[in-house]
Amino acid sequence: MTDTFPKLLIRNADAFGDKTAIREKYLGIWQSWSWRQKRDEIFALANGLAALGFKRGDKIAIIGSNRPRLYWGICAAQCLGGIPIPVYQDSVAEELQFVLDHAEASFVLAENQEQVDKVLEIKSHCAALKTVIFDDTKGLRDYELEDLHDFEGVQKKGREFEASNPTFLQTEIDKGSGDDIGIFLYTSGTTGKPKGVVLSNSNVLVTAVNSVGLDNLSRDEETLSYLPMAWVGDHIFSYGQAYVTGFCINCPESDETVATDLREIGPTYYFAPPRVFENILTSVIIRMEDAGSFKKKLFHYFMGVAKTAGGAILNGESVSVMDRLRYRLGDFLIFGPLKNTMGFSRIRLAYTAGEAIGPEIFDFFRSLGINIKQLYGQTEAGVFITTQPDGEVYADTVGTPSPGVEVKITDDGEVIYRSPGVFQYYYKNEEATRETKNEEGWVMTGDAGYFDDKGHLKIIDRAKDVGKLNDGSMFAPKYIENKLKFFPQIQEAVALGQGQDFVSVMINIDLDAVGNWAERNNIGYASYQELAGHPEVYKMMLENVEKVNKDLSSDQFLSGSQIKRFLILHKELDADDGELTRTRKVRRRIVAEKYNVLIAALYANETNCHVKTEVTFEDGRKGSIESDLEIMDVKRFEVIDQKTAKAS
Amino acid sequence: MMMQRQFGEAMLEVKNISLSFGGVKALTDISFDILEGEIRAIIGPNGAGKSSVLNVISGFYHPQEGEVWFRGKKRMGLKPHEVAKQGIARTFQNIALFKGMSTLDNLMTGRITHMKTNLFWQMLWKGPAEREEIEHREKVERIIDFLEIQSIRKTPVGRLPYGLQKRVELGRALAADSKLLLLDEPMAGMNLEEKEDMSRFILDVNDEFGTTIALIEHDMGVVMDLSDRVVVLDYGRKLADGTPDAVRSDQSVIDAYLGVSHD
Repeated sequence: MTDTFPKLLIRNADAFGDKTAIREKYLGIWQSWSWRQKRDEIFALANGLAALGFKRGDKIAIIGSNRPRLYWGICAAQCLGGIPIPVYQDSVAEELQFVLDHAEASFVLAENQEQVDKVLEIKSHCAALKTVIFDDTKGLRDYELEDLHDFEGVQKKGREFEASNPTFLQTEIDKGSGDDIGIFLYTSGTTGKPKGVVLSNSNVLVTAVNSVGLDNLSRDEETLSYLPMAWVGDHIFSYGQAYVTGFCINCPESDETVATDLREIGPTYYFAPPRVFENILTSVIIRMEDAGSFKKKLFHYFMGVAKTAGGAILNGESVSVMDRLRYRLGDFLIFGPLKNTMGFSRIRLAYTAGEAIGPEIFDFFRSLGINIKQLYGQTEAGVFITTQPDGEVYADTVGTPSPGVEVKITDDGEVIYRSPGVFQYYYKNEEATRETKNEEGWVMTGDAGYFDDKGHLKIIDRAKDVGKLNDGSMFAPKYIENKLKFFPQIQEAVALGQGQDFVSVMINIDLDAVGNWAERNNIGYASYQELAGHPEVYKMMLENVEKVNKDLSSDQFLSGSQIKRFLILHKELDADDGELTRTRKVRRRIVAEKYNVLIAALYANETNCHVKTEVTFEDGRKGSIESDLEIMDVKRFEVIDQKTAKAS
Repeated sequence: MMMQRQFGEAMLEVKNISLSFGGVKALTDISFDILEGEIRAIIGPNGAGKSSVLNVISGFYHPQEGEVWFRGKKRMGLKPHEVAKQGIARTFQNIALFKGMSTLDNLMTGRITHMKTNLFWQMLWKGPAEREEIEHREKVERIIDFLEIQSIRKTPVGRLPYGLQKRVELGRALAADSKLLLLDEPMAGMNLEEKEDMSRFILDVNDEFGTTIALIEHDMGVVMDLSDRVVVLDYGRKLADGTPDAVRSDQSVIDAYLGVSHD
């Protein structure tokens, strides 16, 4: 029975061994491996690991960006009944140490010198850690350590091992079962220390099978694997689904070339957090600003056409013949070339998740005919909780329960679910496991939400973040932040108001968008800090914030939480400084502590504030920046009572 | 952790060089050697004659007195391109790239001394010229990978930030497949992060390709960390020569850099 991934690997190599399984751009060329070649590479590695003493139940941490060899490491460990633990490649040494130590990893498979250096630095603090294997040999030639091996060397050992133990690996693979622990995925830790989510082989496998069925994914899909391997989404999309269907995953050349690689590959199935779609839209808008006036007019005209007809066509609604014709023409002149530039020419299905996506962004892509859908998920669920079925896609909801998943809302308004993908437990954290998962297998998401009249789930905010202002109006920080972040000029926003008299926000500018805007308006600046504090930038931001207020004023629940004061932060919120998680979610508690001076000034009605902030550089050293920040008041709008408005 | 670094024989020897422009004496009786596989730094205050030494080695200047020996042979008045053919490549203090050309094309120009096909085949393109180009392209792609500049492969270098241009220039020198690499202030005008990156690349080049490197640099921290041996110049004369530690504690060097009180 194919209840583990190594067994699927054998099945795929036997059934369609010549089909391309994985590609990587190297030396400017897409190098590819067929399923058969991939199997041989993985087996050589697995035998090599065995030769180095890797045993059933041993753990191997995998650190680096999306490289074929690192993906092979996952399967090789599973072949031997070991547990792979992918780790975020940009973790600083301290974070890495926590995970390696907590998981008791005895092996590490690292991408390059950067990661090896980090591992060696913390090695003495991780008692179980013994052997380090690296992929890229650059700079590592002179490292003379006993337990340090290069990838090819391990594979060579593996081939020798196989020659003397020809049946060993097959026996080990046969021993594996669906109930075995397949992988540890450490959550990025929006709150406190990361937790090791333990998923069994069948957790991942069943989830992958269900989701493949839902969207009719086939062996012919092409995807780009560029999201962190440590993130559950990548594990399902680039590993689980790829093994189940046999489709091809493509590893970009480097982190900086993802956009180019996307265009070259032209995936049919694509996944990105809203931030990525947002960046694409921002860059399209910036580049259109630079275009000639004729092109600009053409673009705006046809985007108007797309707005009225595109989404409706995609949803299968009725659209007039005239609109259909105009849309066709637009597709020929504008949408087609635009999709080509973005790398979406062949796209059949795109998912976004992780955060709310701005309706403008969502509609923009759908109106171009790109079938982008939202899903709602968690590491603990093996991603899928709800998904939007084709033809029932709305910007403000996250869809209906995924196949095999039961979803309920508790009396407190919290979303809970039960599914075959539900994790086993948090590694070495019984208390957290008990708090999150009850005996019947229901898991608390910690998100507040409700089902709307169409039966679609709508998420408001983190349950514990939804609060009240002193006057009793409801306050959902993320809702406000998302509205702000929908402006291309705003990279990040933090809304405050819990237990206060009014709402205020701290804003991060988007350097690309605002920088471009500044250039266009002849505003000179020497640094991020100077641009962020520029009076003209403040003036522009004020307009954006007022628009949000206007929007909020017509919301029946949240009209009371209009923004009264705001400031623009002098530095970007950064995961290296602990202000964001590695998946770029704001850590409210840390931000509140770090910027308490600013928060005090916001609520003390001061008009400016001096602040000094510690920053951590990429190599772990620290420095600090100081700045005087201006604080601005914002116009608030009369609350429009929707019922009376409609009546009159 | 690191192996004790070991070097081969002298790759290049400069013997009693003196160079003057009209009445101005730029270099007076300079002698030193560069061993195979080492990173050799040339330091000194402004106007000490560092760039002149590099220009003598690269064949740009011809000294009035003294000799340059390269790989056991005395070198007689070669032109810069002949020096390049011998296996010496260099970068410049002020970047000297082809601004309008892409990174890739700039790197390909570094291969020019290795191109063998003639104009006829180049124009015909098929056959030897194509094979040769593929070969050179692979070599260049390895350098692109090595220097992590994949994302700017097709970008015109004129549009790149300064630090990246410096890296491209290093890449072009590497593409020449040289035995000896001369770097004229590889880190001038860079910020801390760019300097760290560049230092890492210089070490890696030395390590990975076994290239011997001679560099001029003002940042003392960088020099002391990177180089195996340092030669110090002042007013066209050699002040000191030795390991970074030895040079650091040399009284004449301290005097030249910090000045001497005359009381």
